[in-house]
Amino acid sequence: MAGSTQDINIVAQAESGDALQQGEVIAPAEEHAAEGEHAAPADAAHGATDTHASTEAHAEVFPPFDPASFGGQLLWLAITFAALYFLMSRVALPRIGSILETRRTRIEGDLKEAERLRQETEKAAAAYEAALAEARKNAHGIAEETRAGIKADIDGRRADVEAGLSKRVAAAEARIQADKDAALANVGSIAAETAQVLVAKISGSVTAAEAKAAVAAASKE
Amino acid sequence: MADPNKVDPIHQFQITDIVSFGEGGVSFTNSALFMVLSVGVIALYLLLSTQKRSLVPNRVQLISEMLYEFVAKMVSDSAGKAGMKFFPFVFSLFMFVLVANMFGMIPFFFTFTSHIIITFALALLVFVVVIVYGIYKNGLKFFKLFVPSGVPGYVLPIVVPIEVVSFLSRPISLSVRLFANILAGHITLKVFAGFIVTLGGLGFLGWLGALLPLVMTVAITALEFLVAALQAYVFAVLTSMYINDAIHPSH
Repeated sequence: MAGSTQDINIVAQAESGDALQQGEVIAPAEEHAAEGEHAAPADAAHGATDTHASTEAHAEVFPPFDPASFGGQLLWLAITFAALYFLMSRVALPRIGSILETRRTRIEGDLKEAERLRQETEKAAAAYEAALAEARKNAHGIAEETRAGIKADIDGRRADVEAGLSKRVAAAEARIQADKDAALANVGSIAAETAQVLVAKISGSVTAAEAKAAVAAASKE
Repeated sequence: MADPNKVDPIHQFQITDIVSFGEGGVSFTNSALFMVLSVGVIALYLLLSTQKRSLVPNRVQLISEMLYEFVAKMVSDSAGKAGMKFFPFVFSLFMFVLVANMFGMIPFFFTFTSHIIITFALALLVFVVVIVYGIYKNGLKFFKLFVPSGVPGYVLPIVVPIEVVSFLSRPISLSVRLFANILAGHITLKVFAGFIVTLGGLGFLGWLGALLPLVMTVAITALEFLVAALQAYVFAVLTSMYINDAIHPSH
Protein backbone atom coordinates (compact mmCIF):
# COMPACT_ATOMS: atom_id res chain seq x y z
CA MET A 1 0.00 0.00 0.00
CA ALA A 2 2.74 2.41 1.01
CA GLY A 3 4.78 1.53 -2.05
CA SER A 4 1.89 2.01 -4.39
CA THR A 5 1.06 5.31 -2.73
CA GLN A 6 4.55 6.58 -3.36
CA ASP A 7 4.41 5.39 -6.92
CA ILE A 8 1.19 7.18 -7.44
CA ASN A 9 2.54 10.31 -5.82
CA ILE A 10 5.53 10.25 -8.12
CA VAL A 11 3.31 9.72 -11.12
CA ALA A 12 1.00 12.38 -9.84
CA GLN A 13 3.78 14.89 -9.42
CA ALA A 14 5.19 14.08 -12.80
CA GLU A 15 1.81 14.52 -14.36
CA SER A 16 0.98 17.56 -12.33
CA GLY A 17 4.08 19.22 -13.78
CA ASP A 18 2.62 18.63 -17.21
CA ALA A 19 -0.77 19.67 -15.99
CA LEU A 20 0.62 22.92 -14.64
CA GLN A 21 2.34 23.67 -17.92
CA GLN A 22 -0.83 23.00 -19.76
CA GLY A 23 -2.70 24.79 -17.02
CA GLU A 24 -1.00 28.04 -17.93
CA VAL A 25 -2.85 28.01 -21.19
CA ILE A 26 -6.22 27.63 -19.51
CA ALA A 27 -5.18 29.60 -16.42
CA PRO A 28 -7.90 32.29 -16.68
CA ALA A 29 -10.55 29.62 -16.25
CA GLU A 30 -9.08 28.63 -12.91
CA GLU A 31 -10.49 30.94 -10.29
CA HIS A 32 -9.30 29.10 -7.24
CA ALA A 33 -5.66 29.96 -7.34
CA ALA A 34 -5.28 29.32 -3.61
CA GLU A 35 -5.79 25.58 -3.77
CA GLY A 36 -4.67 25.25 -7.32
CA GLU A 37 -1.40 23.67 -6.19
CA HIS A 38 -3.28 21.02 -4.31
CA ALA A 39 -6.06 20.61 -6.78
CA ALA A 40 -3.81 20.02 -9.70
CA PRO A 41 -1.92 17.06 -8.20
CA ALA A 42 -5.16 15.68 -6.88
CA ASP A 43 -6.77 15.78 -10.28
CA ALA A 44 -3.68 14.32 -11.75
CA ALA A 45 -3.60 11.63 -9.10
CA HIS A 46 -7.20 10.90 -9.84
CA GLY A 47 -6.38 10.44 -13.47
CA ALA A 48 -3.35 8.35 -12.66
CA THR A 49 -5.14 5.97 -10.34
CA ASP A 50 -7.99 5.60 -12.76
CA THR A 51 -5.59 4.24 -15.28
CA HIS A 52 -3.79 2.05 -12.75
CA ALA A 53 -6.47 0.60 -10.53
CA SER A 54 -10.00 1.88 -10.42
CA THR A 55 -10.71 0.14 -7.12
CA GLU A 56 -8.13 2.25 -5.29
CA ALA A 57 -9.31 5.48 -6.88
CA HIS A 58 -11.42 6.77 -4.02
CA ALA A 59 -8.72 6.38 -1.43
CA GLU A 60 -6.25 8.50 -3.38
CA VAL A 61 -8.49 11.18 -4.85
CA PHE A 62 -8.21 14.57 -3.22
CA PRO A 63 -11.22 14.14 -0.95
CA PRO A 64 -12.99 17.46 -1.61
CA PHE A 65 -13.04 16.58 -5.32
CA ASP A 66 -14.06 12.97 -4.94
CA PRO A 67 -17.27 12.54 -6.92
CA ALA A 68 -18.08 9.37 -5.02
CA SER A 69 -18.84 11.45 -1.94
CA PHE A 70 -20.98 14.01 -3.76
CA GLY A 71 -24.25 12.08 -3.72
CA GLY A 72 -24.21 11.29 -0.04
CA GLN A 73 -23.08 14.76 0.96
CA LEU A 74 -25.74 16.40 -1.16
CA LEU A 75 -28.40 14.18 0.34
CA TRP A 76 -27.36 14.98 3.90
CA LEU A 77 -26.94 18.64 3.04
CA ALA A 78 -30.47 18.73 1.65
CA ILE A 79 -31.88 17.01 4.73
CA THR A 80 -29.99 19.09 7.27
CA PHE A 81 -30.37 22.43 5.53
CA ALA A 82 -34.07 21.85 4.96
CA ALA A 83 -34.42 21.00 8.64
CA LEU A 84 -32.45 24.09 9.59
CA TYR A 85 -34.50 26.32 7.31
CA PHE A 86 -37.70 24.87 8.68
CA LEU A 87 -36.61 25.31 12.30
CA MET A 88 -35.38 28.85 11.67
CA SER A 89 -38.30 30.12 9.63
CA ARG A 90 -41.03 28.44 11.64
CA VAL A 91 -39.78 28.43 15.22
CA ALA A 92 -36.61 30.27 16.11
CA LEU A 93 -36.80 33.45 14.05
CA PRO A 94 -40.49 34.18 14.68
CA ARG A 95 -39.81 33.72 18.37
CA ILE A 96 -36.83 36.07 18.44
CA GLY A 97 -38.72 38.47 16.20
CA SER A 98 -41.68 38.49 18.57
CA ILE A 99 -39.39 39.04 21.55
CA LEU A 100 -37.81 42.02 19.83
CA GLU A 101 -41.19 43.31 18.68
CA THR A 102 -42.62 43.01 22.17
CA ARG A 103 -39.66 44.87 23.56
CA ARG A 104 -39.89 47.54 20.89
CA THR A 105 -43.59 48.16 21.46
CA ARG A 106 -43.04 48.09 25.20
CA ILE A 107 -40.27 50.66 24.96
CA GLU A 108 -42.32 52.77 22.59
CA GLY A 109 -45.31 52.54 24.91
CA ASP A 110 -43.16 53.42 27.88
CA LEU A 111 -41.67 56.35 26.03
CA LYS A 112 -45.12 57.55 25.02
CA GLU A 113 -46.33 57.18 28.59
CA ALA A 114 -43.27 59.04 29.81
CA GLU A 115 -43.93 61.78 27.30
CA ARG A 116 -47.55 61.99 28.40
CA LEU A 117 -46.52 62.19 32.04
CA ARG A 118 -43.96 64.80 31.20
CA GLN A 119 -46.55 66.93 29.49
CA GLU A 120 -48.86 66.46 32.45
CA THR A 121 -46.09 67.53 34.75
CA GLU A 122 -45.41 70.55 32.63
CA LYS A 123 -49.08 71.45 32.67
CA ALA A 124 -49.16 71.07 36.44
CA ALA A 125 -46.01 73.13 36.75
CA ALA A 126 -47.53 75.84 34.56
CA ALA A 127 -50.72 75.82 36.64
CA TYR A 128 -48.67 76.05 39.77
CA GLU A 129 -46.70 78.93 38.32
CA ALA A 130 -49.90 80.71 37.40
CA ALA A 131 -51.38 80.12 40.83
CA LEU A 132 -48.19 81.31 42.42
CA ALA A 133 -48.17 84.49 40.33
CA GLU A 134 -51.83 85.08 41.16
CA ALA A 135 -51.19 84.55 44.84
CA ARG A 136 -48.21 86.82 44.70
CA LYS A 137 -50.30 89.49 43.02
CA ASN A 138 -53.06 89.06 45.59
CA ALA A 139 -50.60 89.18 48.41
CA HIS A 140 -49.11 92.33 46.98
CA GLY A 141 -52.56 93.88 46.70
CA ILE A 142 -53.46 92.91 50.21
CA ALA A 143 -50.19 94.26 51.50
CA GLU A 144 -50.69 97.52 49.64
CA GLU A 145 -54.23 97.79 50.91
CA THR A 146 -53.20 97.04 54.45
CA ARG A 147 -50.35 99.45 54.26
CA ALA A 148 -52.64 102.17 52.90
CA GLY A 149 -55.22 101.42 55.59
CA ILE A 150 -52.66 101.55 58.32
CA LYS A 151 -51.18 104.70 56.89
CA ALA A 152 -54.61 106.35 56.72
CA ASP A 153 -55.31 105.23 60.25
CA ILE A 154 -51.98 106.55 61.47
CA ASP A 155 -52.46 109.80 59.62
CA GLY A 156 -55.96 110.22 61.03
CA ARG A 157 -54.83 109.59 64.54
CA ARG A 158 -51.85 111.77 64.19
CA ALA A 159 -54.05 114.54 62.86
CA ASP A 160 -56.43 114.03 65.78
CA VAL A 161 -53.62 114.02 68.27
CA GLU A 162 -51.98 117.03 66.66
CA ALA A 163 -55.27 118.90 66.58
CA GLY A 164 -55.88 118.09 70.26
CA LEU A 165 -52.38 119.02 71.15
CA SER A 166 -52.42 122.34 69.30
CA LYS A 167 -55.75 123.12 70.92
CA ARG A 168 -54.27 122.44 74.31
CA VAL A 169 -51.12 124.33 73.41
CA ALA A 170 -53.26 127.27 72.33
CA ALA A 171 -55.30 127.07 75.53
CA ALA A 172 -52.16 126.83 77.61
CA GLU A 173 -50.62 129.73 75.77
CA ALA A 174 -53.77 131.75 76.28
CA ARG A 175 -53.73 130.97 79.98
CA ILE A 176 -50.06 131.75 80.24
CA GLN A 177 -50.70 134.99 78.46
CA ALA A 178 -53.55 135.79 80.83
CA ASP A 179 -51.43 134.92 83.88
CA LYS A 180 -48.62 136.98 82.50
CA ASP A 181 -50.95 139.92 81.88
CA ALA A 182 -52.37 139.59 85.33
CA ALA A 183 -48.90 139.30 86.83
CA LEU A 184 -47.72 142.31 84.86
CA ALA A 185 -50.78 144.24 85.95
CA ASN A 186 -49.96 143.47 89.56
CA VAL A 187 -46.30 144.48 89.25
CA GLY A 188 -47.11 148.31 89.44
CA SER A 189 -49.20 148.07 92.54
CA ILE A 190 -46.69 145.81 94.28
CA ALA A 191 -43.90 148.22 93.43
CA ALA A 192 -45.95 151.20 94.66
CA GLU A 193 -46.73 149.44 97.90
CA THR A 194 -43.11 148.46 98.35
CA ALA A 195 -41.97 151.97 97.52
CA GLN A 196 -44.52 153.46 99.97
CA VAL A 197 -43.31 151.12 102.71
CA LEU A 198 -39.67 151.86 101.96
CA VAL A 199 -40.24 155.65 101.86
CA ALA A 200 -42.27 155.52 105.01
CA LYS A 201 -39.51 153.69 106.75
CA ILE A 202 -36.88 156.11 105.51
CA SER A 203 -38.59 159.52 105.54
CA GLY A 204 -42.01 159.48 107.02
CA SER A 205 -45.29 158.84 105.50
CA VAL A 206 -46.19 159.22 101.95
CA THR A 207 -49.52 158.66 100.39
CA ALA A 208 -50.29 155.79 98.19
CA ALA A 209 -51.07 158.11 95.30
CA GLU A 210 -47.64 159.85 95.58
CA ALA A 211 -45.84 156.50 95.70
CA LYS A 212 -47.73 155.25 92.70
CA ALA A 213 -46.83 158.35 90.69
CA ALA A 214 -43.17 158.04 91.68
CA VAL A 215 -42.99 154.38 90.65
CA ALA A 216 -44.67 155.12 87.36
CA ALA A 217 -42.14 157.91 86.77
CA ALA A 218 -39.20 155.60 87.66
CA SER A 219 -40.38 152.74 85.47
CA LYS A 220 -40.68 155.20 82.61
CA GLU A 221 -36.98 156.06 82.77
CA MET B 1 0.68 7.50 6.08
CA ALA B 2 3.04 4.67 6.68
CA ASP B 3 5.44 6.96 8.52
CA PRO B 4 3.81 8.23 11.72
CA ASN B 5 5.98 11.36 11.71
CA LYS B 6 4.84 12.34 8.24
CA VAL B 7 1.84 14.63 8.47
CA ASP B 8 -0.71 14.30 5.73
CA PRO B 9 -2.50 17.64 5.38
CA ILE B 10 -5.14 16.13 3.13
CA HIS B 11 -6.24 13.39 5.48
CA GLN B 12 -8.47 15.79 7.43
CA PHE B 13 -10.77 16.15 4.45
CA GLN B 14 -11.28 12.40 4.10
CA ILE B 15 -14.86 11.32 4.32
CA THR B 16 -15.38 8.20 6.36
CA ASP B 17 -18.51 6.20 6.96
CA ILE B 18 -19.82 6.09 10.47
CA VAL B 19 -22.92 4.03 9.79
CA SER B 20 -23.64 2.34 6.48
CA PHE B 21 -27.13 1.47 5.43
CA GLY B 22 -26.59 -1.58 3.27
CA GLU B 23 -23.96 -2.22 0.63
CA GLY B 24 -23.67 0.64 -1.85
CA GLY B 25 -26.47 2.51 -0.12
CA VAL B 26 -26.42 5.82 1.67
CA SER B 27 -24.14 5.98 4.63
CA PHE B 28 -23.96 8.34 7.55
CA THR B 29 -20.52 9.89 7.15
CA ASN B 30 -18.46 12.23 9.27
CA SER B 31 -19.56 15.00 6.91
CA ALA B 32 -23.20 14.19 7.55
CA LEU B 33 -22.52 13.98 11.28
CA PHE B 34 -21.21 17.53 11.34
CA MET B 35 -24.07 18.82 9.25
CA VAL B 36 -26.47 17.31 11.75
CA LEU B 37 -24.38 18.65 14.64
CA SER B 38 -24.33 22.15 13.13
CA VAL B 39 -28.07 22.22 12.66
CA GLY B 40 -28.53 20.77 16.13
CA VAL B 41 -26.26 23.32 17.79
CA ILE B 42 -27.86 26.25 15.95
CA ALA B 43 -31.41 25.14 16.66
CA LEU B 44 -30.76 24.16 20.28
CA TYR B 45 -28.93 27.36 21.06
CA LEU B 46 -31.47 29.67 19.48
CA LEU B 47 -34.43 27.82 20.93
CA LEU B 48 -33.09 27.25 24.44
CA SER B 49 -31.67 30.74 24.81
CA THR B 50 -34.97 32.36 23.86
CA GLN B 51 -37.19 29.99 25.80
CA LYS B 52 -37.89 32.44 28.60
CA ARG B 53 -38.68 35.26 26.17
CA SER B 54 -37.27 37.70 28.69
CA LEU B 55 -38.13 41.32 28.16
CA VAL B 56 -34.72 42.15 29.55
CA PRO B 57 -32.46 39.56 27.92
CA ASN B 58 -29.75 37.65 29.71
CA ARG B 59 -26.44 37.00 27.99
CA VAL B 60 -27.35 33.86 26.06
CA GLN B 61 -30.57 35.37 24.81
CA LEU B 62 -28.76 38.55 23.90
CA ILE B 63 -26.43 36.63 21.58
CA SER B 64 -29.40 35.11 19.76
CA GLU B 65 -30.99 38.53 19.43
CA MET B 66 -27.74 40.05 18.20
CA LEU B 67 -27.37 37.34 15.55
CA TYR B 68 -30.97 37.97 14.50
CA GLU B 69 -30.56 41.71 14.29
CA PHE B 70 -27.17 41.44 12.62
CA VAL B 71 -28.53 39.33 9.76
CA ALA B 72 -31.80 41.25 9.64
CA LYS B 73 -29.90 44.50 9.23
CA MET B 74 -27.66 42.93 6.60
CA VAL B 75 -30.67 41.76 4.57
CA SER B 76 -32.68 44.95 4.91
CA ASP B 77 -29.66 47.09 4.07
CA SER B 78 -28.90 45.12 0.92
CA ALA B 79 -32.33 44.08 -0.28
CA GLY B 80 -34.69 46.48 1.45
CA LYS B 81 -38.02 45.70 3.12
CA ALA B 82 -39.10 43.33 0.36
CA GLY B 83 -35.95 41.32 0.93
CA MET B 84 -37.00 40.46 4.47
CA LYS B 85 -39.05 37.65 2.93
CA PHE B 86 -35.71 35.92 2.46
CA PHE B 87 -34.43 36.71 5.92
CA PRO B 88 -34.91 33.15 7.25
CA PHE B 89 -33.10 31.84 4.20
CA VAL B 90 -30.11 34.16 4.59
CA PHE B 91 -30.10 33.60 8.33
CA SER B 92 -30.04 29.82 7.87
CA LEU B 93 -27.21 30.09 5.36
CA PHE B 94 -25.22 32.41 7.60
CA MET B 95 -25.61 30.29 10.70
CA PHE B 96 -25.01 27.03 8.84
CA VAL B 97 -21.77 28.26 7.29
CA LEU B 98 -20.67 30.08 10.43
CA VAL B 99 -21.16 27.11 12.74
CA ALA B 100 -19.64 24.71 10.21
CA ASN B 101 -16.56 26.92 9.89
CA MET B 102 -16.29 27.30 13.64
CA PHE B 103 -16.65 23.56 14.18
CA GLY B 104 -13.80 23.26 11.71
CA MET B 105 -11.55 25.19 14.08
CA ILE B 106 -11.87 22.46 16.71
CA PRO B 107 -9.17 19.79 16.27
CA PHE B 108 -10.31 16.45 14.82
CA PHE B 109 -13.62 17.96 13.74
CA PHE B 110 -14.63 17.61 10.14
CA THR B 111 -15.24 20.81 8.17
CA PHE B 112 -17.86 20.17 5.54
CA THR B 113 -17.50 23.67 4.08
CA SER B 114 -14.08 22.53 2.84
CA HIS B 115 -15.88 20.32 0.32
CA ILE B 116 -16.64 22.08 -2.93
CA ILE B 117 -19.82 20.11 -3.46
CA ILE B 118 -21.33 21.51 -0.27
CA THR B 119 -20.47 25.14 -0.96
CA PHE B 120 -21.43 24.75 -4.59
CA ALA B 121 -24.79 23.27 -3.66
CA LEU B 122 -25.46 26.17 -1.29
CA ALA B 123 -24.35 28.71 -3.90
CA LEU B 124 -26.46 27.02 -6.55
CA LEU B 125 -29.41 27.11 -4.19
CA VAL B 126 -28.95 30.86 -3.84
CA PHE B 127 -28.59 31.19 -7.61
CA VAL B 128 -31.75 29.19 -8.30
CA VAL B 129 -33.70 31.07 -5.65
CA VAL B 130 -32.62 34.38 -7.20
CA ILE B 131 -33.56 33.34 -10.74
CA VAL B 132 -36.85 31.69 -9.83
CA TYR B 133 -38.00 34.49 -7.55
CA GLY B 134 -36.73 37.16 -9.93
CA ILE B 135 -38.72 35.77 -12.84
CA TYR B 136 -41.73 35.03 -10.65
CA LYS B 137 -41.72 38.56 -9.27
CA ASN B 138 -40.69 40.61 -12.30
CA GLY B 139 -41.44 38.34 -15.26
CA LEU B 140 -39.35 39.23 -18.28
CA LYS B 141 -38.30 42.48 -16.64
CA PHE B 142 -35.95 40.34 -14.59
CA PHE B 143 -33.65 40.24 -17.62
CA LYS B 144 -33.22 43.99 -17.33
CA LEU B 145 -30.62 42.89 -14.80
CA PHE B 146 -28.31 42.35 -17.76
CA VAL B 147 -29.05 45.73 -19.31
CA PRO B 148 -27.73 48.46 -17.04
CA SER B 149 -29.77 51.63 -17.35
CA GLY B 150 -28.07 54.77 -18.61
CA VAL B 151 -25.70 52.87 -20.88
CA PRO B 152 -25.70 54.09 -24.49
CA GLY B 153 -27.10 51.58 -26.98
CA TYR B 154 -23.91 51.03 -28.93
CA VAL B 155 -22.09 49.79 -25.80
CA LEU B 156 -24.80 47.27 -24.97
CA PRO B 157 -23.42 44.48 -27.21
CA ILE B 158 -20.32 44.57 -25.03
CA VAL B 159 -21.92 45.23 -21.66
CA VAL B 160 -24.71 42.67 -21.84
CA PRO B 161 -22.45 39.64 -22.39
CA ILE B 162 -20.23 40.86 -19.55
CA GLU B 163 -23.24 41.16 -17.28
CA VAL B 164 -24.48 37.70 -18.29
CA VAL B 165 -21.11 36.11 -17.68
CA SER B 166 -20.71 37.86 -14.33
CA PHE B 167 -24.18 36.70 -13.36
CA LEU B 168 -23.51 33.12 -14.40
CA SER B 169 -20.19 33.05 -12.58
CA ARG B 170 -21.80 34.01 -9.30
CA PRO B 171 -22.48 30.49 -8.03
CA ILE B 172 -18.91 29.54 -8.92
CA SER B 173 -17.29 32.52 -7.25
CA LEU B 174 -19.60 32.28 -4.26
CA SER B 175 -18.89 28.61 -3.68
CA VAL B 176 -15.18 28.65 -4.53
CA ARG B 177 -14.53 31.64 -2.28
CA LEU B 178 -15.84 29.86 0.78
CA PHE B 179 -14.47 26.45 -0.12
CA ALA B 180 -11.01 27.71 -1.06
CA ASN B 181 -10.63 29.86 2.03
CA ILE B 182 -11.54 27.06 4.39
CA LEU B 183 -9.59 24.41 2.53
CA ALA B 184 -6.46 26.51 2.15
CA GLY B 185 -6.61 27.63 5.75
CA HIS B 186 -6.90 24.09 7.06
CA ILE B 187 -4.11 22.81 4.85
CA THR B 188 -1.84 25.68 5.87
CA LEU B 189 -2.53 25.03 9.54
CA LYS B 190 -1.84 21.35 9.12
CA VAL B 191 1.37 21.94 7.18
CA PHE B 192 2.75 24.33 9.76
CA ALA B 193 1.71 22.04 12.57
CA GLY B 194 3.45 19.25 10.68
CA PHE B 195 6.66 21.27 10.61
CA ILE B 196 6.59 21.41 14.40
CA VAL B 197 6.37 17.63 14.63
CA THR B 198 9.01 17.04 11.97
CA LEU B 199 11.49 19.55 13.41
CA GLY B 200 10.74 18.38 16.94
CA GLY B 201 12.03 14.95 15.96
CA LEU B 202 15.49 16.32 15.18
CA GLY B 203 16.70 16.88 18.74
CA PHE B 204 17.50 20.10 20.59
CA LEU B 205 18.18 22.31 17.56
CA GLY B 206 15.04 20.94 16.04
CA TRP B 207 13.10 22.02 19.08
CA LEU B 208 14.50 25.52 18.69
CA GLY B 209 13.65 25.52 15.01
CA ALA B 210 10.16 24.28 15.76
CA LEU B 211 9.44 27.48 17.64
CA LEU B 212 8.93 29.39 14.41
CA PRO B 213 6.23 27.14 12.95
CA LEU B 214 4.68 27.00 16.42
CA VAL B 215 4.31 30.77 16.47
CA MET B 216 3.03 30.65 12.92
CA THR B 217 0.49 27.98 13.80
CA VAL B 218 -0.85 30.05 16.67
CA ALA B 219 -1.05 33.14 14.46
CA ILE B 220 -2.70 31.26 11.61
CA THR B 221 -5.20 29.73 14.03
CA ALA B 222 -6.25 33.22 15.04
CA LEU B 223 -6.42 34.24 11.40
CA GLU B 224 -8.51 31.18 10.59
CA PHE B 225 -11.05 32.10 13.25
CA LEU B 226 -11.34 35.46 11.54
CA VAL B 227 -11.64 33.82 8.13
CA ALA B 228 -14.26 31.40 9.42
CA ALA B 229 -16.49 34.22 10.62
CA LEU B 230 -15.69 36.50 7.71
CA GLN B 231 -16.48 33.93 5.04
CA ALA B 232 -19.84 33.19 6.61
CA TYR B 233 -20.53 36.92 6.64
CA VAL B 234 -19.38 37.36 3.04
CA PHE B 235 -21.53 34.46 1.92
CA ALA B 236 -24.58 35.94 3.61
CA VAL B 237 -23.93 39.49 2.39
CA LEU B 238 -23.49 38.36 -1.21
CA THR B 239 -26.63 36.26 -0.94
CA SER B 240 -28.56 39.32 0.25
CA MET B 241 -27.17 41.37 -2.63
CA TYR B 242 -28.10 38.72 -5.18
CA ILE B 243 -31.57 38.58 -3.68
CA ASN B 244 -31.74 42.33 -4.08
CA ASP B 245 -31.10 41.78 -7.80
CA ALA B 246 -34.04 39.40 -7.92
CA ILE B 247 -36.31 41.98 -6.28
CA HIS B 248 -35.03 45.10 -8.04
CA PRO B 249 -33.54 43.88 -11.31
CA SER B 250 -33.11 47.29 -12.95
CA HIS B 251 -30.05 48.87 -11.48
